[in-house]
Amino acid sequence: MLRGLLPALSLALVLIAIAWLNPRAISYFGFNLMLNLAIPIALATIAQMFVIAGNELDLSIGTFVGFVGCVTATWLRDAPLIGILVLLGSIGVYALLGALIHLRNLPSIVVTLGMSFVWQGLAILILPKPGGKAPDWLLATMSFKPPYIPFPILAALLIAVVVHFGLMRTSYGVILRGSGGNAAALRRAGWSLLRTKIVLFALTGLFGVLSGMALIGITTSADANIGNGYTLLSIAGVILGGGEFVGGRVSPVGAVIGALTLALAASPLLTFMHIPPDWQVAANGAILIIVLAARVLISRRER
Amino acid sequence: MLQAIADIVRLDGAEKHFGAVRALSGVDFHVGAGECVGLVGHNGAGKSTLMHMVAGTLRPDGGQIAVRGNAEASYSVARALELGIRCVFQELSLCPNLSVAENTRINHPSLTGFGWRRSAAALIQAKLDEIFPDHGISADDIAGDLSIGRRQMVEVARAFTLTREPLHLVILDEPTSSLDAHTAGQLLAFVRRFVEGGGSCILISHVLGEVLQNADRIVVMRDGKVVAADAARAFDRDKLVAAMGGAEGHQKAAAESRKVEVGPLRVRAAPARQQDGKELVARAGEIIGLAGLAGHGQTDLLLAIFSAASRARAGIEVTAPVALVAGDRQSDGIFAQWSIAQNIGVRSLARLRNGLLISPQQEAELAEFWKNKIGIRTPDMNNNIYSLSGGNQQKALFARALGSDAEIVLMDDPMRGVDIGTKLEVYDLVREEAAKGRTFLWYTTETEELDNCDHVYVFKNGRIVANLGRDELTEEKIIQSSFGDAA
Repeated sequence: MLRGLLPALSLALVLIAIAWLNPRAISYFGFNLMLNLAIPIALATIAQMFVIAGNELDLSIGTFVGFVGCVTATWLRDAPLIGILVLLGSIGVYALLGALIHLRNLPSIVVTLGMSFVWQGLAILILPKPGGKAPDWLLATMSFKPPYIPFPILAALLIAVVVHFGLMRTSYGVILRGSGGNAAALRRAGWSLLRTKIVLFALTGLFGVLSGMALIGITTSADANIGNGYTLLSIAGVILGGGEFVGGRVSPVGAVIGALTLALAASPLLTFMHIPPDWQVAANGAILIIVLAARVLISRRER
Repeated sequence: MLQAIADIVRLDGAEKHFGAVRALSGVDFHVGAGECVGLVGHNGAGKSTLMHMVAGTLRPDGGQIAVRGNAEASYSVARALELGIRCVFQELSLCPNLSVAENTRINHPSLTGFGWRRSAAALIQAKLDEIFPDHGISADDIAGDLSIGRRQMVEVARAFTLTREPLHLVILDEPTSSLDAHTAGQLLAFVRRFVEGGGSCILISHVLGEVLQNADRIVVMRDGKVVAADAARAFDRDKLVAAMGGAEGHQKAAAESRKVEVGPLRVRAAPARQQDGKELVARAGEIIGLAGLAGHGQTDLLLAIFSAASRARAGIEVTAPVALVAGDRQSDGIFAQWSIAQNIGVRSLARLRNGLLISPQQEAELAEFWKNKIGIRTPDMNNNIYSLSGGNQQKALFARALGSDAEIVLMDDPMRGVDIGTKLEVYDLVREEAAKGRTFLWYTTETEELDNCDHVYVFKNGRIVANLGRDELTEEKIIQSSFGDAA
C-alpha cells in the first residue's frame, strides 16, 4: 500500500521542500517556470516505460529525442511533408528494432546502445551546429497559458490519463503488460509475442517523437546533443514511478509523477537550496539514490 | 469409424525426440467424449510431452493427430483452442503482474471492447464460485500477490470459463499439487460434474488415489510408451505401481556388494520442512542416493548442504570440504568463455597458485591428469569447453569436483542427457573414489543409477519419507514411497 503511494509521496516531499525554501515559487508563474522542461521529460519517461513493460530497455531514447528535435527544428518547419515522413519513418524504425530484438533474440541493451550512436550521427548530419527554429504552431502550443492551472501540470495530467487508459484499461493493454509478466503463458494462449514487441517499441518511438517535438517547442531551437541526458532521466523516472525492470510491472501515472519529481529535483529545488550549479548534477544523483533506496526498503518490509 | 468420431482427440504413433533423447516413441492415445482419462507414470515417462502435443504447444516428429475424427495437419495452440481443447499446465502460467480478471482476458480473445473488464471479472468470479465455493479470491487481486494454492485455483477455474470458443476437453496436469485436501476435493468433484455433463478431461496426477477414484480409464506411461491402458476399475494401487515401475522385475546390476566400513561422519542434514526428525546421514566412503519425484526438495537439500559447508546453518552438519556437480550444466556448471583446463581448475585455484598468480603449468597438469583419468576426448585441453560434446562437458565438471580437495561431492542429477557410455565410465569412477573415502550425495531421477548407492533417501514434498538400504532397494519401493498418498 505504502509502496503504491511512494511516487506521489516523493513528489509531495520535493514540493514541500520547495515551498519551505521559497514560498513564492508555489504559484502559477512559478510552476510554469519550474516545470518548464517537465513535459518532454514526462513524454520520454512514458516512451521508456513501454519498452520496460516488455522487459527491455532503450538506451537510445536520449539521442533519439535529440534527432527528433533536429528534424523538428529544420525539416518540419521548412518542408513539413518531408518532416512528417521522416518522423513517421523513425517510429517505423523503432517497430523494426522490436521485431529484430524478438526474432533474433538479441539483448535490447546492445541493440539500442548501437542505435543511440546512429541517432546521434543522424542528428549531427541534419544540424551540424546548434540552430534551426521550431514551427510556429508548435511554439504556440507549448506556450499556451490556460487559466488557473499551469500548462505543464495540465499536460502531465493529460499524458497520464491517456496512457493509463491505453495501457492499463484496454483489453490489448493487458496483453502488452502480460508479455512482460509471463511471455510463455501468453504464447500458450495463442498470442503473438512478435506483435506485442513491435507494438511496444513503436509506442516508444511515438512518445520519443512527441518528447522531441515538445522539447523544441520550449527551447525554440535545436542542438544535436539536446536530448542526451534523457536516456538516464527516463529510466530513473520509470523506476521512481514504481516501475520495475522486469516483470511487466509499470505505472503510467507513476512514471509521469516520477518525471515531474525529477524535473523539480533537478534544478529548481537545488537552486533554492543554494547548491552551486557545478554540484547540481551530483546532488541530483544523490536524491535519486535516496528515493530509490527508500523504495527498496519499503517493498522489502511489505513482503 | 463411429468410434473415431466419438473421440475428442486421437493420436496415432506420436513420436518426439529432444536431441538424442527419445521422449515419445510411437504412442497411441485417445480421449472419448464424456470421459475422464487418468494418465500416470514416473518422471520422464513422457506424460507432459504427450499433453503438450494434445494442447498444440509441441509438434510431433512423427504420427498423426485427429480431432473429432478429422486429421489435423497443421495443429497449433490456436487451432486447439478453436476446437475446444485447453490445458492447465503444470508450471503456473498466470502473469503475476496482472489481476485475476486480466489473466482471464488473456485466454479469451473475444473479451474486448467497452466493459470487457466487468465481463472478465464476472466470468472468472462465477467459475471460481462454482468450483471452489468460499474461495476468498477477488477478481481484482493481482495474481502475484495470491498464495500458490489460490493461483492454482484461478488457473484451473480460468480453463473452464466459457466465451466464444467451445470447450470439449481440459487437460489437468497435476492440478492438485498446490491445493489442500479440501480444495482438491472440490476440484475433483467439479471435474466429475463436468465429465457427467458431456465434457472430457485428462487428469495427470502423482496422487494415485485421485486418479483411481476420478478417472474412467487409466493410461500408464513408461519410457515414452504407453504400457497399460484399461478401465479404472481394472486397476488398483498395486497394479498401477507395478505397471509404472515395470513389473518384469528390475534386474539389479549385480553390483558386487561393496564392503563399507563405517567411516567418520561427513554430513548430517535434515530438510527445512522435515518435522518428524528423519535426517540424512552420510559417512566417509558412502554413496548416498536421493530419490523421489523431481523437484520434491532434493536439490534444495543439496544446495543447503553446499552453503552449510562455508557458513554454519541450523540443522546441517558438514565436516569436510564440499564440491557440487550441477545438473543444469549450461546455466549452473560451465564457464562458457573458458577453456576446458580452466573449467576444471576453477574449483582448485588455491592449490594451483604460484605466489599471487595462477600457475598455468599446474593448471595444465591438473587438466592433463583428469583428461587421461576420466577420458575427456579432446586434442587440446586449452580448447574452449564448448568444443566438447555434452557428455564430455559433463565429464569436465566431474573432473572439476573430483580434482578438488572436496571430500564430499554433491551431484544434482548430473547425468541428464548424457550418453550411456559416459554414464558407465562415471559410475565406475564414483565407486572408485568412494572406495578411497570420498562421500557422494547423488540426486538422480533415473532409478537405475540408484543401484550404485549404499543408501537411498526418498523425498516427497520437501521431506524425507523413506530411507532404503541397499538390499531393500527396488524401483517399486521407491515409487511406492514417492507416491504415498499422505499429502
